[in-house]
This record gives sequence, C-alpha cells and structure tokens, in this order.
Amino acid sequence: MEIIKTHYNRRSFIKVSATAGGGLVVGFNWLMSSCSPGDEKLGGLALPDNWFDINAYLKIGNNGVVTIYSQNPEIGQNVKTAMPMIVAEELDVDWGKVIVEQAPLNSEKFNRQVAGGSQSIRQEWKALRTAGATARRMLMEAAAQQWNVPVTELTTENSTIKHSSGKSIGYGEVASLAATLEMPEEIELKDPKDFKLIGRPTKNVDGKKVIKGEPIFGLDIKRDGMLIAMVVHAPAFGMRPKSVADSEARTMPGIKDVFIINSFPEGVERQWADVSAFPELVVVVGTSTWEVMKAKKALKVEWETTSKPMNTDEYDQALSALLDKKAETPARKDGNPDEAFKKAAKVVERTYSAPFLAHNTMEPMNFFAHVTADRAELVGPIQTPAALRTSVSRVLNLPEENVTVDMTRQGGGFGRRLYGNFGVEAAVISKRVNAPVKLVYTREDDMTQGTYRPAYKVKYSAALDKDNNLIGLKIRGVGILESPVFANRFPAGAVDNYLVENHSLESNITIGAWRAPRSNFIAVAEQSFLDEVAEAAGKDPIDFRLELLERATTKPVGERNDYDPARYAGVLKLIREKSGWNGQKNGLSRGVSAYFCHNSYVAQVVDLEMKDGKPLIQKVWCAADCGIVVNPEGAINQIEGCVVDGIGHAMYSAMTFKEGVPDQSNFHNYKLIRNSEAPREIECFFVENGIDPTGLGEPGLPPIGAALANAIYSATGKRLTTQPFAQTDLVNIERM
Amino acid sequence: MATFKLHVNGKTREVDVSPDTPLLWVLRDSLDLAGTKYGCGIAQCGACTVHLNGEAVRSCALPISAVADGKVVTIEGLSEKGDHPVQKAWEEADVMQCGYCQSGQIMSAAALLKKNPAPSDEEIFTAMNGNICRCGTYMRIREAIKKASAMS
Repeated sequence: MEIIKTHYNRRSFIKVSATAGGGLVVGFNWLMSSCSPGDEKLGGLALPDNWFDINAYLKIGNNGVVTIYSQNPEIGQNVKTAMPMIVAEELDVDWGKVIVEQAPLNSEKFNRQVAGGSQSIRQEWKALRTAGATARRMLMEAAAQQWNVPVTELTTENSTIKHSSGKSIGYGEVASLAATLEMPEEIELKDPKDFKLIGRPTKNVDGKKVIKGEPIFGLDIKRDGMLIAMVVHAPAFGMRPKSVADSEARTMPGIKDVFIINSFPEGVERQWADVSAFPELVVVVGTSTWEVMKAKKALKVEWETTSKPMNTDEYDQALSALLDKKAETPARKDGNPDEAFKKAAKVVERTYSAPFLAHNTMEPMNFFAHVTADRAELVGPIQTPAALRTSVSRVLNLPEENVTVDMTRQGGGFGRRLYGNFGVEAAVISKRVNAPVKLVYTREDDMTQGTYRPAYKVKYSAALDKDNNLIGLKIRGVGILESPVFANRFPAGAVDNYLVENHSLESNITIGAWRAPRSNFIAVAEQSFLDEVAEAAGKDPIDFRLELLERATTKPVGERNDYDPARYAGVLKLIREKSGWNGQKNGLSRGVSAYFCHNSYVAQVVDLEMKDGKPLIQKVWCAADCGIVVNPEGAINQIEGCVVDGIGHAMYSAMTFKEGVPDQSNFHNYKLIRNSEAPREIECFFVENGIDPTGLGEPGLPPIGAALANAIYSATGKRLTTQPFAQTDLVNIERM
Repeated sequence: MATFKLHVNGKTREVDVSPDTPLLWVLRDSLDLAGTKYGCGIAQCGACTVHLNGEAVRSCALPISAVADGKVVTIEGLSEKGDHPVQKAWEEADVMQCGYCQSGQIMSAAALLKKNPAPSDEEIFTAMNGNICRCGTYMRIREAIKKASAMS
C-alpha cells in the first residue's frame, strides 16, 4: 500500500457540485446517435436517475453505474479502455457497471490530453490511480457517516462498501452524500499485488459500437446546416495557387462557394504543431461530399513555384554526399574512435537507407468546425487538441477560452494527427462561409500533402580487435530535416571508442513524427548492423548483444546513456528462452532484434521461409518490458499491430517524388501490407517486474524490420540495407 | 439529379442524387448510414464494403445508377442487435484497434462465410486481401473468421 497526497494536482480534483441528473456539462451531442445521454440503456446498463460528480474523472449514478471519462485522444492505441481501467481498479468498482466516455479538451481538469510518444499510461498512471482512490475514500467516508462508524472499520469490494459487522451498501446508495464531502488530503493506493482489474485481459470499450457501424468517427459527424468543404493543394511541394478559374464549378449542383484561403497567414505565430506544406489552398464548399468532389475536378487552378521542387534521386544523392562529410561537432564522442579503427583487426561497414513514408491513417484527415463571431467549436480526430486550440485561437484571433475542442474516436493516428493543420483549415473555412463545416480530405489529398516520415540514411562502422571485441563504433546519420540517430541510446555506453555525427538536409517536403519517430528507421539499421558485426566476430547474435549490455551494466562508458541495460538484456534473455533460440529451427530461418524506445523494451525473433524470393513469415516471437501490463488484451494487440505495421513498411512502402510531385497518391501505387503478407502467428511475452507501466503504442514497431532482415539474411545470405526491402531481388541472388 | 428507389437493409429508401454518385456517398450523406467507411474512393482498401445481392462490393466505386433494384446490406443491417456470428466473433477476438476499417472487414468476412462456411487459410486470404488495416489486426481478423465459422 502506498499513501500519497492528493493535492499534487489540485486542478484535477476541482469539485463540481452534485446536480441531479446533470453532471459535468460536456457537449456530447455532436453525433447522429450520440453515445450517451438520451439512450435508455448503455451497453445493457440502466441509466441512473441521478448522477453525482465525485471528481473530474468520474461520476456515480444512484444505481451504482459509474461513468469514467477518458481524457486522452483514442487513435487505436486503446487508452480509452486502459486509462479508465486504472481509475476503476483503485475505485474498486465492478467493471461491468462502468461506462466510458471520451472527455473533451479541458486543461483545467486534466494534466495532459495528447496521444503521442506512447506516454498516456506512463504519464497519467498516478493521476488516474489517485482519481479512483480518492473517490473510493469519499464513498467510504459517506458510508461511515451514514452508519456512524469509523471509516477504518470499512472495506470495499466490487462496488460495495462493507462494515466489519457484516452489513454492506452499494456505491450508488452513498454517492449523493459522497459528492458533498471534502476531498481527502491523503489517500491510500493499492499494493499492485492486490490489483484485480489491472492485469486482466479486458475488451475494447468501443468494440460493440464498432461492430455495429455506429457513427463514432470524425468523418461521421453530421449537424443541421452543416456544409462539406474540400481543399485542393498544389500538385508539387514548393508551389502555391496563383489564381483559380471556378466558373464551371460554381454552377455545379450543390456547390455553395469556391475561394482561396491561407490557413497560416503571415504574421501569425506558428507553433511546432503548425506543419503545413500547403497553407494556401483552393476550397470548394457544398452540400454533399460527392458534389464537392466532382466540383474539385472542374476547377482550373494556376499554380506558381515558390521554392525548388525536389526529386527523389536528387535528395538521395545529397544525403549520400552528407554521409561522407565529417560533422564539425559530434553529437557524442567517447574515447578515441580514430585510434581504435587504426588498431582494428577487422572493420565492418554498412550504409542503410529508407524512403519518405506517408501516415495513411485509414480515416483520412477531416474536422468539423463551427465558427461564429466570437467563438469556435471544433470536433474531430486530433492527437493534440490543446495545440489545435492554440493554433485556431491565433489564426482566428480569438481568446483560447472561446475555442472548444471535442475529440471523436480516430481512425488511426500514427503521428499524423499531432499536426492539426486540417482543424485550422476547417475553422478558417467555417468563418469564411459563416456556417458549420466538415472539412474532408480525399485519400489523394491526404497522401500527397506532406508531413511525412523523412527519408534517412545512416552509415555504421565497427572496429573489432583480434579477440573479436567491439573496440570502436562510428555512426553517421543523415536525413531530411533531421538525423535519425539517438546519440545516447544503446550501444552508447557499451563501446569504449564511440562517435556519433549527425547532418540534416533542408527540404520543402514537410516532415513529422511517424509512429516511433526516428526509431522506426534507426532500430532496423542498428540491429541489422549488430547482426553483421556479431557474425564477423564469430558470436551468436543474442550472446553478442548481451555481452555489450553486460559491459554497459558493469562498466558503462560515459554518463548520459538513456536506457537501462539490465532491462534491455531482460527482454533478450526472455526471447531467447521462449523462442527456443538455441534449439531446433524446424527448417525455418531466424533473425533476432531488440530495441528500447518510448520507455519500453522489446525483443523479437522472426521465423520464416523464402518462397519465390518472398519471405513467408511463420512466426514472430515478442518479449516486452513495459512494467505492469494494465490490459494484456490491448497490450498484445498493440504489439501484434506494431509487428505487422513494421514489417509492412520495411517491406513494401515508399513515397517518392519527381519535380516535387509525389509519385504515389492512393493505395493502387502506395503499397500497404495485406492480410496474407502478415505473419501466420505472433506470440507475445511480458517481463513481470511490477515497475510502473510504460506505453506500447510504438515500442513494438522499431525492432521488427531488423529481425525480418536478419532472418532473410539467414535464409538467403543477402543483407538487406535499403527499404523497402521488396525492391531487392531475392530470387536471383548468388549465395554468399 | 434523378430519383432512385433503393433497397437498403430491408427497407425501401428514395434518394434524389446525380446518377454517378457512388453508393458509398448515398449511404453516408443521403441515408445517414455512416457505418460504411470512406478510405480510398478507388476500390483499393475495402473500408466501404457492403453486400449487393449477397456479394461483397466496394460501394465507393459503384455508381448508384448501377445498383438498380439490387438488395443492399450495410453493417447497420447485417443484424438487428449486432449479433451476427461475424460481429460476435469480432467482439470476442477483440479484433479492433482504431476500428475504422472493421465494418468493411466484417462485411467482407460475412460474405465469405455465407458462400463458404469453413474457408481454408488461402480462401480467407483471397477474400480478405482487399481490406487494408493500417493498425495491423490481420491475425485477429483471421482468428475471428475461424471463430465465426465454428459458431455458424
């Protein structure tokens, strides 16, 4: 048991007076068949006659039904199930009596409302537990008052308060009194060994709505008087609209208006989230989606060039040139790398590269906005609602308190929805047409408008001494607008002579965080390279990594190493055991990889066979250390998804450009992994260590590309270094 | 514009739209059936899958004029209470992550199982390869199809 002060975040516990049938005033009325008030039953639960607000995270009905608000955006990472589970655990409530609702943006009540960096569970763990424990304590105090007994004689179980005499009372029966009590100054948190809900596989709280096709996504929003808006952006990066001939489009049925906007005009301060290669857009507004789509095609836009359009081969050459250039200041230097390479008995060198990638969330970008003279109401899929509020406030010159943001369920995020340019555009358009508007991107708009995972290259050089010890490592990373290398991650700390240099290349192609930014490339390169170095050293790839981690544990080099080598080694040891690494391979070829990012550790083994030059992945073994696993069902699903996503993008996907024009525009020429290409089986194991939990939305993705490449090497003798791997001919290879 | 009489989910519905309007947008914009999703508009991702006379079709590339008096079933009409074996199996296997592609996946799976109640892995791949899931829930989709197959 842990005693904690509740006021470390008082904002979260602002008391709301109990109002019969009212509850928190939140606007959940934006969907056609809204998820809560008005429905007679919710998931088979009878709605209470009265709700009593206990704190910002939850309210309790007089019949014992509990509503828990999920504060963070839900993009498929399943926080809408996991975060309320943490509240419910400490509240000691029957999960079957819990309704989960998405909370709107409310910075007064919640610390952080962001879907990014796999941080939801890690950063809110304590606040969510406190919210549940505080409410439980207040319910107990209420029962103590009602029974006139000391609260110390009470216990709780499954939505019921019990007295040592044997009598008991339901949460719903004391909720009205509890809601009037003072917030306790100190509360007890459960000992993790007493967790009943945390650690229990729990199904997605929106599962029923999804299987019935309920309108819960941003694109499903409908309002009286709502117009549909679509945009046309310049065909090439480095261009903008000069003029538009719209006479034909204007006469088409259902079309209300055509105009050009600048969503980030000169003089408006831009923040980090305001990434947009095409702030100037031609807009078509009409009454139905298809009519607007047709009118878009009838526009004749004259474009002008504002900066040099890039070609894929040009930036590829420029990145290669940067790889040969010494950095003036290294990102990190330990020992004397040059000396180590002079003394080396063996040197291994390899360059890796990967292309731009689009996010391709299955739900294209869209947003609802209703801007009036002094207010802006925004509803839709956004990973950073607070940043969107700031951007809209600046662009429309409205005070932030007059801008509201509600979050729908989101058809994928993967980082794209961190950058809410589409929300700002919707607001600018709504203001211009003076009506509620839903902005919708077509797939082509979505795929060709930028904010990509940048193209990267990295060159690794390893020096081995005559006893096959890794005595030197040099890493030079380059990329569009950023280098992919994290200087202080493994193998930093494990090598005496270590050098990291970074360069980046300017570009008018916009970039943004893409699921496990930078890690999604560098893990594949690094873990492929370590495999090659292990082979050169004549060592087993897992033993070789463990040797380095042992060095980083017992005698670390430098002080800025930002990983825990013991936990890192832990996932490798677990995967070695579970996959039977040292045993029979049943005719399959194997590869291993491990990586640490976003505070979690993941190791993977791929078992595959080659068929007609293509990998047929029979099984992927995964070991993860994310501390306490809140929801094993969701955690496994995340890792499975990361594996499939990581394999798909390493194998198949790329964005390329000619004269600034993307070569790919839709799924006929941008390949995403399909069902038959996903592994036949994925099995996940978790390290059990009772450490406070960290996230899993990203950490399962980075290592898998290397486990795949290493398994393909094992099968074919061919080292894959250039993504997407499928472009390498694996049929006509000479066995080495 | 023209008037079309449609048979959707067992009901006759009348809409006044241009004949080239894809069924997808008639469902979503005119009939308020938003469970059928827009993903690509060119029949490449399967998010818009519905049944036309029992066959899985991509509604984003099917003009309303070509639907004629065909019987259309959408995710909202697959069952009254969301208890079609495929829906139940999807819930049981906890398939979804973001959930956006899943109504299309479910409609493709339901059409497959209607024709072939016990499909092989290869048959599942053939039927489901047209449905993209960026979240990567493919293993669970296969598992759910097998569960549904065992249920019915």
